[in-house]
Formats: sequence, structure tokens, C-alpha cells
Amino acid sequence: MSLSVIIAHQLVNGLVLGSFYALVALGYTMIFGVIKLLNFAHGDLYMVGGFVGFLALSAISGVVGSGWGGIFLAMLLSMIGVGCLGVLIERIAYHPMLHAPRLSILITALAVSLVLQNAVLALTGGQYTAFHTDLGFGGIHLGPIFISYNQMVLVATAAGLMVALEFFVTHTQYGRAMRAVAIDHDMCRLMGIDVSAIIGVTFFVGTALAAAAGTMAGAYYGSLWYFMGFLIGLKAFTAAVIGGIGSIPGAMLGGLILGLLESFGTQIPGIGSAWKDVFAFAVLILVLVLKPTGLLGKSEQERM
Amino acid sequence: MAGRNIQAARLLGPLAAVAENPRLRGPALGILLAVLLIAPPALGSYATVILTNAFLYVVLALGLNIVVGYAGLLDLGYAAFFAVGAYTVGILTERFGVNFWVTLPIALAVAGLAGVIIGGPTLRLRSDYLAIVTLGFGEIVRISARNMKITGSASGLTGIEQPWLFGWHIATPRDFYYVFLLLAVLAVFISVRLAGSRLGRAWLYVRYDEDAAEAMGIDRVRVKLAAYIIGAMFGATAGAFFAVNLGAISPESFSFNQSVLILMAVVLGGMGKIPGVILGAFVVIIGPELLRAAGDLRLLIFAIFLLLIMLFRPSGIWPGRRAGR
Repeated sequence: MSLSVIIAHQLVNGLVLGSFYALVALGYTMIFGVIKLLNFAHGDLYMVGGFVGFLALSAISGVVGSGWGGIFLAMLLSMIGVGCLGVLIERIAYHPMLHAPRLSILITALAVSLVLQNAVLALTGGQYTAFHTDLGFGGIHLGPIFISYNQMVLVATAAGLMVALEFFVTHTQYGRAMRAVAIDHDMCRLMGIDVSAIIGVTFFVGTALAAAAGTMAGAYYGSLWYFMGFLIGLKAFTAAVIGGIGSIPGAMLGGLILGLLESFGTQIPGIGSAWKDVFAFAVLILVLVLKPTGLLGKSEQERM
Repeated sequence: MAGRNIQAARLLGPLAAVAENPRLRGPALGILLAVLLIAPPALGSYATVILTNAFLYVVLALGLNIVVGYAGLLDLGYAAFFAVGAYTVGILTERFGVNFWVTLPIALAVAGLAGVIIGGPTLRLRSDYLAIVTLGFGEIVRISARNMKITGSASGLTGIEQPWLFGWHIATPRDFYYVFLLLAVLAVFISVRLAGSRLGRAWLYVRYDEDAAEAMGIDRVRVKLAAYIIGAMFGATAGAFFAVNLGAISPESFSFNQSVLILMAVVLGGMGKIPGVILGAFVVIIGPELLRAAGDLRLLIFAIFLLLIMLFRPSGIWPGRRAGR
């Protein structure tokens, strides 16, 4: 294969991977924006989203089939269900801790992540669950480059969700309130904004995006596992940091950059796929050291 | 808060009352140590191995407690230092035939260096960034161990020789019981001394109010780095003896779950409180043994327990003051 073909292939792979990272990173960054919490459970909500999408598809595939139509419907159901789970988690675990020291709330988030992981572990027995779909293997050839329809639908769906989110955040009252809450809770209260309701909405939207990514990833890769949220959670965080944490366009950009970096990084001789994850963490540490505010983030001096 | 303390005091109260009373503490500790010293013949091999493991976790948890409990930094990749200690000793003794006692200080130095490399650039950042960076670092260490030839790849290192000490071949489970008991006692001693030292008080100030601490002339990055390095050395010591005890190490012993287990020990017992952390270490080791019948639910039960502790009693199950803020 010539170099340009390899580059084109990795570009496609990177876009697909980057779409997943971006969707998960968006939730990270939104939740961080409103309550300044790194929601360690976010990656696990992506995993739960995959499983809920799988269950929903199994339930409805008899009626609508398990092509993209069925998957879209399952994805919507998963987004609603897991979005509510996200709100529930916020109400039960994070809400009482909002004014607690940061160390406590971080450990609480870790505990939530462990509860989700181990609940799914107990339910599935730690086995991989096969995600059966009939998506087919069709695609188009652009010269020597092959792009499957699945990849195109996936990237388009992710892009559609991001456009919808951008509209929600910039053009609706909830979105405006969300941006205000991210700046100053107390001032929002004085202005008559129900801060706690807005935090709930943010959790719903952020978690729903992760659930959408989880369902799509399950359908695309064909399997689910209780631990699949761990790595993507870490990488989505990396993506959010690259873009500048708290910044929504930053999370999209960061996701794409990380996806592309990773798929090209594995092509460098001596790195290879075994070192793929090390590569992502090395990028994370470098960004944090060299430019902790990320590409689109605002400079912020904050201490524990 | 007061109501909760009373409830907990009912459970652990007599224990805590003895531990807090300066006149009873000495004799009580003496009796406890004496019991632990003469216990092995009566214990049988299963209990000896479990207790040895609990002592190992006391060392690890006290090490992490210096980072999390004293300095207030969340480290989610503590197993990395444990791995650094184990692999340094494993590689040097098994591949290069170096004497164990020579490799021990090298392992400490390597772990300290790793602490500087990872902590140096990140300790200036937000504390939650540090948590994620340490998590990433833990994974980097594990994946590197999996992929490098010198660490034996996925199958790890085997045939690590058990050390001799002045003609005593430390080889049987009972020998290691005493070695780890000694290490645990040393770890407690160092932790107590550190807590009261100038550095320990600096950690306390930094944890409560960084800006005020800095205004008092405390270099916050330096004292945090010190906590990080000392914690790393505790982990490496535990790792070194862990390697010679088992004779074989593999990357999966140093996974994220390992870091979480050690963190659980610190948080369950009570961050920053030495008796609490010791109790936590015993809970995370003996608890799963007692819950054996629960199978896959064991970890779930533990995770829920951790969540409940954070929600209702963030200062841990050990009653008393100086809770991790």
C-alpha cells in the first residue's frame, strides 16, 4: 500500500474513533462546566449505554429489524434511559457533596464508577456480550480507499448529535442557563435560575450523549464488556483536556484530534497497536504539562 | 455529625477509646504485637497467608495515606509504584543476579524518581487533573510491563529468588509473615513520626488551606512532592518484598483494580488516621475472604459500601478527630 492510501485509511479510522471520543468528551466537559467535577463514572455510563441500547434493540428488533433504523431507535431509548440514570446518580451521589471538599466528591465519583462496573460485571458474569446487528459490509470505493456505509452513518450521526447540542446550548433557554450556571452558581440563583434543575438537565444531556456513543460503539464493534468504559473514559477526558476542559467546541475538536493522533500514532514504526493506549496517556500528560488550558479553554487559576 | 459519631463509636468505640488513651495505648499495642508474634503456629497456613497479605496492604495503604490522607492529593495509580518496586527487584535479581538487599535501595530510588517525574510537572495543576494523570501513569506502567521483553511481557517474571538474611533463608510463609509484620510495624512507626514532624504539619496546612499555607512560607509544590515521593517509596518497599514472597510477578497484579483496592483501604478506615487506615487494610483483605460465597457480587458489595461511606461518613469507619477534610 502506498503512503497516501495508508494516510487516507487512517484518516477514516481516526474520524470514527474521534467521533466516539468527542461524544463522550462532550459529557465530561459539560458536567465539569456546571459543577467542576470530573465525573469518573462517565465512561461507565457509556458502557451502560451500550448495554441498554443492546437490550432495547433485542426488545424491538422483531418489529423494526436490527439495521440502522432499529439501532437509531435503540440508541434513542438508551439515551433517555441512561440520561435518567445520570440524573439519578447526580441527585443521590453528587448533589449532597457539592459543597464537600473536592477530594471527597472525587472519591464518590470513583465509587459510583465502581458500582456501575461491578453491577454490570455481576449481571454479565464478566463475559463479552455479542451485539448482533445486520448492518452489512457495504461501502463505497474512492479509488483505492474503501469507506463503509457504517462508518459514514456513524460519523454523520455523531456530527448530527453535536450540531443538535450546539443548537441546544446556544439557542435555547436551558442552554443559556447552563452556560450561566457554569460561570457562577450564586449569581444564577439571584437571577431566578433554578441551578439544581439546570445541573440535572446538564447531567441528562451529557449522559445521553455518552449512551448514544455506547450504543453506536457496541453496534459498530459488535461486542460489549463491563470494563469497556474505563479506557474510553480516560481517553475522552484526554480529549476534553486537549480541547480545553469546560469548552464544548473544544471537546469536539479534542476528540477528533485524539482519534486522529491515535490512528496515525499506531502507524509509526516501533509504536504499534500494543502501545496505542500509552500513546494517548503520553499525549495527555504532555498537554497538561505544556498547555493545561487546552486549545480552546480559558485560563483559570483554581486550587483545591 | 455528632449522632453519626455516636453510632460509630458504639461499634468501634471501645477500640478507639483504648487507642486514643495515652496510658492504655502502649500496653494495648504491646499485647497486640505479642499476640501477632506468637500467633502463627496456632493459625494454620491459610490464616497465615491472609494475615501476611493484610500486613502488605497495611504498608501500601499507609503509603497511599501519606499522599491522600496527609497531603490531600488523589492518586489513582498508586499500584504503579508497587509495580516499580516489584519489577526493579525482580529484574535485577532474576536477570542480573544482584543480591536482593542491594536491589532494595535501588528500587526505592527508582520509585522516588518515578514520583518526581510524574509528580513534578502535575502537582502544580488542579488536584483532579492529578487524579487522572496518576490513573494514566498507572496504566502506562502496567502496559509497559506487558509489552517489554525485560519485564517478561504478559506472563511476567518467574523464579525470583527468596533472600537470605545473615544465614536465615526467608522462604516459608511463616518467615514472610514475620517479615511483613515487621514492615507493617515500621510503616506505622514512620507514619506516626511523619504526622508529627515539621513536614507532617506542613501537609496538614496545605490540605486545609493552600493559600494560607503558602503565605506562612510553605512551598506547597515542594511539600506535595515530598508526600508523593515518600508514598512512592512505601509502595516500592511493599512491591520489593511482594516480589520475593511470591517468587513471580505479572502485570495484572498491578492493574487499576489494585490501585482502587489500596485507595479503598485508606478511605474506608478514615483518611489521615493511622489506626483507621490499618483497619481499612484488614477490611479490604479479610472482607472478600468472608464474602467468598457472594462470588461476583463481592466487588459490588465493596463498591456500594465505599459509596455509602463517602455519602454518610466521609471521615471513615474509625471514629475520631482529624478526618480527611
